[in-house]
Amino acid sequence: MSYIVDSLRHLLGLTVERPAPERQSQEVKFVYERKANERLTKETLEAIEAAHAGTAKRHKWRNRRWITLIVVNLLFVVSYQFDVQLVEGAMTASRVVGFHFADLNSALQVSLAFKHMVLNLVIGTVTVLILWWLLGGRSFCSWACPYHLIAEWAEWLHLKLAARRWVRDIRFHRAVRTVFYVIFVVLTAATGYTVFETISPTGITSRALIYGPGVALLWVLALLLFEVFVSRRAWCRYVCPIGLTYGLVGLTSPLRVEYNVESCHHEGECRKVCLVPHVLDITIKGRAEDTKVDVAADCTRCGLCVDVCPTDSLTFKVKGLARVL
Amino acid sequence: MNAKTPKTKPALSKVRREQNRREFLRTLGLGVGMVGASLAGLIPLIGAANARLRPPGALRDLLNEQQFFAACIKCGQCVQVCPVEAIKLADLLDGVGVGVPFIDARAQACDFSCDGLQCVLACPTGALTHDLNFPADTRMGFARLDRPDACLAMQGKGFKGVARGPEFAGRLRYAEVDRWTPVPVAEHPYDLDLCDLCVRQCPIEIRILECAAEKPPEPGQVARVAEKIGNECPPRHAIVLEPRPGGGAGMMPVVKDGCVGCGVCEMICPVEPTAIVIVIDKVTEAPV
Repeated sequence: MSYIVDSLRHLLGLTVERPAPERQSQEVKFVYERKANERLTKETLEAIEAAHAGTAKRHKWRNRRWITLIVVNLLFVVSYQFDVQLVEGAMTASRVVGFHFADLNSALQVSLAFKHMVLNLVIGTVTVLILWWLLGGRSFCSWACPYHLIAEWAEWLHLKLAARRWVRDIRFHRAVRTVFYVIFVVLTAATGYTVFETISPTGITSRALIYGPGVALLWVLALLLFEVFVSRRAWCRYVCPIGLTYGLVGLTSPLRVEYNVESCHHEGECRKVCLVPHVLDITIKGRAEDTKVDVAADCTRCGLCVDVCPTDSLTFKVKGLARVL
Repeated sequence: MNAKTPKTKPALSKVRREQNRREFLRTLGLGVGMVGASLAGLIPLIGAANARLRPPGALRDLLNEQQFFAACIKCGQCVQVCPVEAIKLADLLDGVGVGVPFIDARAQACDFSCDGLQCVLACPTGALTHDLNFPADTRMGFARLDRPDACLAMQGKGFKGVARGPEFAGRLRYAEVDRWTPVPVAEHPYDLDLCDLCVRQCPIEIRILECAAEKPPEPGQVARVAEKIGNECPPRHAIVLEPRPGGGAGMMPVVKDGCVGCGVCEMICPVEPTAIVIVIDKVTEAPV
C-alpha cells in the first residue's frame, strides 16, 4: 500500500518523508547498522567505479532503449513512406497491423473536448492502457516518446555546460505538473478545444518525423533551448501531462526497478542520471523501508540508474514473475 | 525537490523561506508561460482564420470547426490512405488546428479516387463522420465561378495542352486511362474546342455519366456495397455548362446543388489564377 501512496505523492509533486523507524524492517535496520560500522574507503569505491565504467553493461539498457525508441518511431515513418502499413498514423493514434492504438492522453483530451468517444477510440485506448500497464506506465516516456530522446541529447549538452558552470539548472516546484494537468483538463472541457495538443512536443515531433517538418518544430526547438540553458529536462519534469497520465497507469504495473539496499554503496550516481531523482531518494542511507524496495511509479523505467550502478543494486523486475515461474 | 527541508526542523530559516518564495514565483512564471502558449493556440479561431477546406465527412458547421478540432486526434491516418495524397496536416500557425487535416484544392483536390471514402474509414475518432457512404453525401464546400471574365468557356475559348503546365504535380483518376491508379495531370493533355474541364473532370458529373451508362464500379471495389443504393449514383448535377446569360459565343459553368465542394474544378482550371474556386462558408442545401 505504501508503494501506491508514495508513488502518488511523487507523481503529484508532493514530498515523501523519510520512513519512521517503526515502518522499517528489522533486516534493513540491521543492514544500515552494519554499513555504519564498515565504512568503505574512497579508494575502494573508485576502484569499483573504474571497473564498472569499462564494462559492456555500462550502457546496456540505454542502448536497448534508444534502439527500441528509434525503431518504434521509424516504424511509423517507414509504414507511411514505403506504404508497408505496419504502424499507420502518428504517436497520438495509430493502427498497428490493423489494430487501433490511441495515446491515452490524446484520447483523454479528445474525449473531454468532443464529449463523445466512438467505439474505435475506446478499443484503441483500452489496448494502449493494457499495453503500457504491462510495460510499466511511464516507460512510454523513455521507450517510445520521440521528444524524450531529443531531450536526452539536450540534457547531455546541459550537463556539459553546467559542469563548466556556464549554465545552472533552475528548478521549479514539481507539483506544477499536477496543476498543469488540472488546468489542461479544465481548459479542454471548457473551451471544447484540445489546447494541450497544440503545444505537445510529442505530437509535433511524431508528426514532423512522419509527415515532414513545419513551423511547429520551432516550438520544440524553443523547449529544447529552455532545457539546455535554463532548466534541466523542464518539459518532462514539470509540465508534460502525458507523463502524469502514464504515471498513473504505472501505479500498479508489474514492471518495476527494484532497489537492493544490501549491495548499495550509497554513492548517489543513480540520482545524478535520473530524470525523476525523487524516486531514488530511497537509495539515500536510512531511507529504505526494507532490504528490497520497488522504485515508485513516477520512474520512467529508462534504465539509466540500472546502467550506472556499479554494484547491480538496481535491477529490472517483473513483480510476481518469480512466483509464477 | 530533492533538498526538501526535513520535518524535524522546527521552523524554516529566513534563507529557506526566501528560496521557497522564489521557487514559487518561478514556478508561477512557468505556469503562466505554458498555459499562455497553449491558449495562444485559440487566437487563429478569431475570424475563423484557421478554417480550411476539410476532408469528406469533417464534423463542421461551415466556418465553425469546433467539433472537428475537438474530435480530431491529429494522427494523420486520413493522410496515409488518400490515393491522390490530397490531405495535408495543418501547421502550428493554425493554432489549435495544428495536426488537423485539410485539403489545398488548387494543389491537389479530393477526386474520390478511392470510391469508398477511405479517409472517413481510417479516422479513429469520428472527426470524419462515418455517417456518409458516397461522394454525393459529402458537404465539403461549394464551387463558385470567382472570375467569370477569366473563364475560357465564358470567352468561348477551347483548351489544348496539359491543364496546369508540365510542372504541376497534382493527380487525377482518369477512368479511361486507369480505373484504379491516379495519373499525373501533367501527363494527360487535352484538346478541347470549348474548355469544359471543370465539368468534364467533376467527380460527381463523371459518376452520373457512369451510372447513366450503367457502369457501376466493379464489385468488391466499393467499400460498403457493390450495389447501387443510397447516393452511389449522385441524384443531382454538380456543375453544367449553360448558355451565357445575355447571349454571346461562350458558355457559362453553372454550379448546381449537387456540388459537394471536392475542389477538382479549382484544381483543374487552366487559368492562372483559377477562375473557379471552392468556398467553405457555404454547402449545398440539398438533403443527403
